[in-house]
Amino acid sequence: MAFTTAMACRLIGRKSVIGARSMSSWWRNVEPAPKDPILGVTEAFLADPSPDKVNVGVGAYRDDNGKPVVLECVREAERRIAGKLNMEYLPMGGSVKMVEETLKLAYGENSEFIKDKRIAAVQSLSGTGACRLFADFQKRFSPDSQIYIPVPTWANHHNIWRDAQVPQRTYHYYHPESRGLNFAALMDDIKNAPNGSFILLHACAHNPTGVDPSEEEWREISHLFKFQVKNHFAFFDMAYQGFASGDPERDAKSIRIFLEDGHHIGIAQSYAKNMGLYGQRVGCLSVLCENEKQAVAVKSQLQQLARPMYSNPPVHGALIVSTILGDPDLKKLWLKEVKVMADRIISMRASLRENLEKLGSPLSWKHITKQIGMFCYSGMTPEQVDRLTKEYHIYMTRNGRISMAGITTGNVGYLANAIHEVTKSA
Amino acid sequence: MASDRRIGVLARHLGVEMDFESHTATAISASPTSGFQGNSVFSHVVRAPEDPILGVTVAYNKDPSPVKLNLGVGAYRTDEGKPLVLNVVRKAEQQLVNDRSRVKEYLPITGLADFNKLSAKLIFGADSPAIQENRVTTVQCLSGTGSLRVGAEFLARHYHQRTIYIPQPTWGNHPKVFTLAGLSVKTYRYYDPATRGLNFQGLLEDLGSAPSGAIVLLHACAHNPTGVDPTPQQWENIRQLIRSKGLLPFFDSAYQGFASGSLDSDAQPVRMFVADGGELLVAQSYAKNMGLYGERVGALSIVCRNADVAGRVESQLKLVIRPMYSNPPIHGASIVAVILKDRNLYNEWTIELKAMADRIISMRRQLFDALRARGTPGDWSHIIKQIGMFTFTGLNSEQVAFMTKEYHIYMTSDGRISMAGLSSKTVPHLADAIHAAVTRAA
Repeated sequence: MAFTTAMACRLIGRKSVIGARSMSSWWRNVEPAPKDPILGVTEAFLADPSPDKVNVGVGAYRDDNGKPVVLECVREAERRIAGKLNMEYLPMGGSVKMVEETLKLAYGENSEFIKDKRIAAVQSLSGTGACRLFADFQKRFSPDSQIYIPVPTWANHHNIWRDAQVPQRTYHYYHPESRGLNFAALMDDIKNAPNGSFILLHACAHNPTGVDPSEEEWREISHLFKFQVKNHFAFFDMAYQGFASGDPERDAKSIRIFLEDGHHIGIAQSYAKNMGLYGQRVGCLSVLCENEKQAVAVKSQLQQLARPMYSNPPVHGALIVSTILGDPDLKKLWLKEVKVMADRIISMRASLRENLEKLGSPLSWKHITKQIGMFCYSGMTPEQVDRLTKEYHIYMTRNGRISMAGITTGNVGYLANAIHEVTKSA
Repeated sequence: MASDRRIGVLARHLGVEMDFESHTATAISASPTSGFQGNSVFSHVVRAPEDPILGVTVAYNKDPSPVKLNLGVGAYRTDEGKPLVLNVVRKAEQQLVNDRSRVKEYLPITGLADFNKLSAKLIFGADSPAIQENRVTTVQCLSGTGSLRVGAEFLARHYHQRTIYIPQPTWGNHPKVFTLAGLSVKTYRYYDPATRGLNFQGLLEDLGSAPSGAIVLLHACAHNPTGVDPTPQQWENIRQLIRSKGLLPFFDSAYQGFASGSLDSDAQPVRMFVADGGELLVAQSYAKNMGLYGERVGALSIVCRNADVAGRVESQLKLVIRPMYSNPPIHGASIVAVILKDRNLYNEWTIELKAMADRIISMRRQLFDALRARGTPGDWSHIIKQIGMFTFTGLNSEQVAFMTKEYHIYMTSDGRISMAGLSSKTVPHLADAIHAAVTRAA
C-alpha cells in the first residue's frame, strides 16, 4: 500500500533526530564471547587453505573419502515425505509416533515400561535439547539437587546445567595414566555424593574419551545406586546408540542394566549421529516414572518448559525418523548402514594404532583400539595439539580428542606420522 | 550366583556388612518393574494445566459433532477448511530433495547464513541503511517463540534493565517466555473493550511512566489476539515517546504480509524505528506467512549502533543458543532461503500470501454482513476494522462456553476467533452461534 509507505516517510522526516540523540549503544559494554572450543575448530579448519589439512575436530561422521554422508534410508524417507499434506504444528511433546519408536530403541522393543505407559517422553531438539529440558525440569522440581558430571565430558554439558541454574559437581572418570576408566575413584565419588544427587552418565561411547565401563562395571555402578541409602537419580546421555559397537541393542546395555535393577532413570537420545540427521535436530527426552499417572504429570510439566522455549519441536526430522523406524524394510536398511559406519570407525582405530606402532613410537597406543565410538582421547597435550595444527594443518580440540570419523585410509598415514613427530620426544 | 558375587564385591568396596535377609525378602516381593528404592524423586510432580490455546484444539479433536468448528489456533485454513502448503514451498522442498549434493550437517550456532541475510532484508527492507552499515546481527531461531526467548535471555544477561512491558492483552505465551528468560513482566494498556479498538491514551500514559531503559514489546502488525493495530500516525507518536524516554523496542513480527497482504506495508512500523537510527530487537516468524508452522523457522535480529557492537552481540547470542539446542534445524530455513533468493519464487510467494490475506479479509466481511442480516444486537464493525488472523469478538467467557456447548464452536475463552478457521460455508453457523450467545446468554 503506497499510501501507508508515503505517509510513514513523511512523518519520520525531521523527527528522526529524536531517536539519534543518545549516540552510544545499549550494548557498548557487551564483551565478545569466547569461541566455542569444539565448533571453533571447524571454523578454523575451513579457513585453512592447505591441501593437506585434516579435520578430526567435530564429531560428525565422514565416509572414507572424507565426505559427509546422508544415509540411503534417510534419502528414501525424505522422498516419501516430500509431498506431505501439511506442515502443521506438532503437539508440544512432539511427534507421538517418533517418540514411541525412539523409546523402543532405548528401553527395548517389548519393554514393560512402555506397555505400562510409565515413561514420560517428549520429542526434543536433539541431545542438547533433551539435556536442557531435563536440566530445567530438574531445577524446577528438584531445586535443591546438584548434577554430577564426569571428568572429562562434552563441554556443552557444563553450559547446559549452568544455564538451567543447577549447581554442578564433578566425579572422577578418566584415568590419564592408563588412558582408561578410573573405576575406583568413580565409585567413591558417587558413594560420597550427597543424598538425592543427579548423576550424568554417558550410556555408551563416552565423549570425549571413548572410555566406557565394562558390562561388569556397569552392573557394579548400578548396584551402588541401589544399595546405598542415598536416593541418587541416574540421567543417561545416549548420543551414540548403534555407533559404538554397531549394534543398538548392545549399546543400550548400560541402560537396560539400570532398568533391570529397578532404577527410575532419565534418558536423552539423539539421532544426530546414528541417523546422520545432525542439522535436523531430532531427539527425545524420557523420564521413567512410578506409574502412568505420574508419567502423564511429568510429561505435562516437560511440555510447560518447552512451550516458552520453542512452543513445539520441528516436524521434518521427526517425520524422517518415524518413517524409517515404522517401516520394517527401512529399519533393516538403517541398522545395516549404522553398522557400516561403526565398522569403518573401528577399522580406522586399528589402522591408526598399527601405523603408529610401525613408526616405532615409544608410547603405547593400545588405548586407540580399546576406546570406543566416535572419539579417541589420544593423551596428547594442548601444546602437542597446537603443533599438529600449526605444522601439519591437523585440526582437533586441544584436549587431545580425535574424531575417528574424520580419519580415512587416505589420511591415516599422514595423521600417524604427524602424531608420531610431535610425541616421539614426549 | 553372579548377583551374590557382585554384592559381595560391592560390600567389600563399601566396607559394609550386607544384610542378606532383607535383600532377599525385597527381591522376592518386588515385581520386575517396580523400583527397589520405591518412590520416584519426581513423585510430587503435579499435572500441569492444558495450554489454553493449544488446549482448544485438543478439546475440538475430542468432539464428535459434524458441525464442529475450530477457531482456536491461528493456523491458516483454505475455504475448504484444509491446511495449506504453499506451492512455492512445495517447489522449494522438491528442489531440496532432488539436490543430491545436499547434506544434513550441523548448521552454525547462528543458523543458515543466507537465510539470516534474506530475513533481515525482508523485515528491514533490502536498502536498509542499518543492513548496509553492518549494524544488524541476525540469528536463525525456532520460529517466533524461539526468537523471543533467545532475545529475552540475551537482554536478561546483558541489558541494564530487566523489565519488559507487554500489551494488555497479548499472546498467552509471551509472559511465560519472558519470565523464564529472567525478565520481569509488566503491562501497558492496549485494548479498549468499549471501542473494541486501541486505548491510545492509556498506552501513551503507561509507556510514558515506564522507567528509562525499560524494554517494550510491540506487535509489528496484526496484533494477537485483538487484531487492533495503531495507525501510522499513532505509530509515529509511539516511536517518539519510546525514543525520548530511552525505552528499548522489541518487535514481535509473526504476520508480515498476512495483515494487509503487502510485506512492505506490514513492515512499516519496524522500519520507522530503524530509520531514526536507534536500536531495537525484532523476532520474525515464517510460521504463518510461509505456512511453515511445524518446521519452526524464524529469526532474531538486533539492530545496533555500529558494526563492532553487532559483532560482539552476535557472539553473546551464540552463548545463549549453544546450551539450549546447539544449533537450529536446517530444513525450514533452507526452504525459506530457496524462496527468498529466487525472483520468480519470491513473486509467486507474494501472490499466494496476498491470496491468504484476502481470503481472511473476505471472511471478516462475510461474518459482519451475516450478523447484520440477523439483526444481532451490538456494533460489530470491529470485525472489519481489526486486522490479521484474529478477531477479538468482545464475547465474554460465559458466551464462549455457551457457543462451545450448544454450537460446537471452539475458541479461546477471551473471545478471540481465528478468522483463518472460517470458510464461506461455516460463516452462517458461527453467525447463528454468536447471535444466540448475545441474545440468550448474557
